[in-house]
Amino acid sequence: MRNRKLRSLLIIAVLVFTVYFVAPLLFEKLPSFWTDKELKLGLDLQGGMQILLEVDYSELELSVEAKKDAVKTALEIIRNRIDQFGVSEPSIQPIGENRILIQLPGLKNFNRAKELIGKTALLEFKLVAEGEQVEEVYNSLDSYLENNYEKYPYLEDLDLVEAAPAVDVLSDEDSLATDEEGENSNLFTALVSSDDVPGRVPYKHINAFKALLNDEDFIKEIPAGLQLALEKISKKDPYSARILYVLHSQAELSGDKLDKASTKIGQGYDPKTSGKPYVSLEFNKEGAKIFKTVTGQNIKRRLAIVLDNVVYVAPVIQDRIPSGQAQITGSFSLDEVQDLVIVLESGNLPAPVNVIEERTVGPSLGNDSIRAGVRAALLGLALVVVFMIIYYGLSGIVAVIALMMNMGFILAVLTSLQGTLTMPGIAGLILTIGMSVDANVIIFERIREELKSGKTVRSAVDAGFSRALVTILDANLTTLITALVLYQFGTGPIKGFAVTLSIGIVGSMFSAIVLAKAIFDGMITNVNRDKLSI
Amino acid sequence: MMRFFGETKINFIGKRNIAFAISGAVILIGIIFMFISGLKYSIDFTGGLSLELEMTPNTEAAAIVSIEDIRQVLRDEEITDTEIQELHDMEGRRLILIKTQVTGEEEARTGFTKGDRIVKILQNKFPDNYNPETFVRQQDEVGPRIGEELKGKAILAIFWALVGIIIYIWWRFEFTFGIAAIAALVHDILITVGIFAIFGKEVSLPVVAALLTIVGYSLNDTIVVFDRIREDIKKYRKQTYADIINKSINETLSRTIITSVTTFLVVLCLYIFGGSVINDFAFALLIGVVVGTYSSIFIASPILVGYFNKRLASRKKK
Repeated sequence: MRNRKLRSLLIIAVLVFTVYFVAPLLFEKLPSFWTDKELKLGLDLQGGMQILLEVDYSELELSVEAKKDAVKTALEIIRNRIDQFGVSEPSIQPIGENRILIQLPGLKNFNRAKELIGKTALLEFKLVAEGEQVEEVYNSLDSYLENNYEKYPYLEDLDLVEAAPAVDVLSDEDSLATDEEGENSNLFTALVSSDDVPGRVPYKHINAFKALLNDEDFIKEIPAGLQLALEKISKKDPYSARILYVLHSQAELSGDKLDKASTKIGQGYDPKTSGKPYVSLEFNKEGAKIFKTVTGQNIKRRLAIVLDNVVYVAPVIQDRIPSGQAQITGSFSLDEVQDLVIVLESGNLPAPVNVIEERTVGPSLGNDSIRAGVRAALLGLALVVVFMIIYYGLSGIVAVIALMMNMGFILAVLTSLQGTLTMPGIAGLILTIGMSVDANVIIFERIREELKSGKTVRSAVDAGFSRALVTILDANLTTLITALVLYQFGTGPIKGFAVTLSIGIVGSMFSAIVLAKAIFDGMITNVNRDKLSI
Repeated sequence: MMRFFGETKINFIGKRNIAFAISGAVILIGIIFMFISGLKYSIDFTGGLSLELEMTPNTEAAAIVSIEDIRQVLRDEEITDTEIQELHDMEGRRLILIKTQVTGEEEARTGFTKGDRIVKILQNKFPDNYNPETFVRQQDEVGPRIGEELKGKAILAIFWALVGIIIYIWWRFEFTFGIAAIAALVHDILITVGIFAIFGKEVSLPVVAALLTIVGYSLNDTIVVFDRIREDIKKYRKQTYADIINKSINETLSRTIITSVTTFLVVLCLYIFGGSVINDFAFALLIGVVVGTYSSIFIASPILVGYFNKRLASRKKK
């Protein structure tokens, strides 16, 4: 009896798990904690672009260390650039030794993305603007947006009028707020304010802000000689607000004048610096000369290190530096310092980066695939359901329940793993519809045989299930082996197929051996049957 | 309830020579086709460009661009080795499929991949057939080296799957069963690939995935029969191997047929309604379901009989 209780618990657990994760797919209005994890559509279904890059150092004589650094640098540059597209869930990952896989689901403007990825990295040192100049930028953009609000419909969704800071806020270093007059008068300030502090763009405004920066008319309104640049995305907390810098657009120095950047650890007894990591810079001859002038003229001002229009760090110039050797200190973690060194080195990226594979799916093909997949799945499901019920009667309905359970289970597992549904994944699901009734068929045929040999319903069902168990295990485990090999071998979409197939195999074993048996037991125990519809 | 057939007593083993002859002939024809016209590999394995564009006139006045126009425009830009086809999708949109080789040399020279260049050229030449949102429907560009790598990976994958299976069967049954199962699987792969050669269809990455799936499916089928054989050999010690195995096949026959029917039905839906992306994949599966079912009965089981009889004979000699 204890076994039965355990079995009931297991079934309930799997059922709750399945319903919990499948519900968001079926109902739209659910509390947000519930829809945290959702099933994502793969590139091939929602459209998008996938690019495989290779850092080509075959013609360079590089040490193992230098090769690793070249890949790291390329990765950082690409990450930085892709952040500028405003694609919602980009994925950039190193593959093997010297390859980088970029996936941009939902991307529509393929050409621009490719141009951005293919560009050479631009590392510059720019002065951060201060005081009145910053105020001027904010004023100009506030009044421009006030007059052209209709042109940017996406601003409307952000409730900026409400969020605008009510009082002038004087920020010590980054920016200055403007006075408020009318309702819409400080839209820009509101856009780039976080908790009423201007100069920090909250995460939910980032995409709208990027869209504005890509708009030529908007850019024209920035006073001459100045530009806007965002702080880099934080690795620790990608959802945090990002500082907005107003920079002098004329670069003081470019990355090619930098000879070397390296990670150092502070020495000596001063508790402020001792043991703390910092960045050490070394300019070449020409760079050192310029650097001397720039630092001499701008003591106590901030010099931003900008890679492809993103500010990585903006240290305050403490002193005139004549030697061409500088240090960037601060409360950095070792990781942050190493990232910075990578960025600084990007100015002279030694190895070229080539596109070796590119796969693009337009949104129209993606939509067609979804529609075709759903149609094939529903039709296949209907055929199998009708067939099973005609062929096995009441027992066929049990098989159908098991089948439905299995379908739900596959989707639930995929959702809980935050997996991605691809077209081959849908194919795997459809194939599973046909194959997963197999376990039930094996059992039912066995029960029919046992019944024919003259056993009672009860013992025929028990014998049928227990004899079929070994067969089902052997047959499914061997299939699982091929599915796992497929997973190992596969790239993106094929992996999706292998995953749904594997989950389907496990799910069909559970639903046939545990769930179907429980239903049969229920049917037989409650009514004393001498006949079974099978 | 419904029943396709009652108790069958078909002598499958007795017909093994006919079965072997049919299988042998199909495999042979496939191999001949592979030698004559060669097996077509998709760009996944050869490297190259496959570009699908939607070219529908966007005004009433605009003319429909013919394949010849496209070829001419590309020829002017010194892109010559192209294969251009016209397709229509479910919604009746007019699609142009362009296939060509890539060397990577274009990219080094022009800064654009070949696909990007072709897209640019055609969108500039035929602006009245260009819709920015839908123009590029699919663009696959695979470097030649990647293709080679994938080919190696695909062969290795099939190899490792077979090794894994033989080890599992060896452990659960005995080595002989493993050999017989593998023979059936190799038979299935050869026939499927052969039919691809005969029909001139392309072997792509998804088709290899389909081959591995066929391996899984066919094996599933074979194991169910083997399982019964293992059981029956213990049960009927007095009978000949051929009789026992025949009995096992007959006992499991209805299950074999039903599972094949349900699987075949869904794969058929996938083939007819599943869309262009997985059409070849579904086609391979369609063959695989039929061949996989057949091979469990007519290839794997008879080989087992042969092995057992030989073993019996050599034991008797001692």
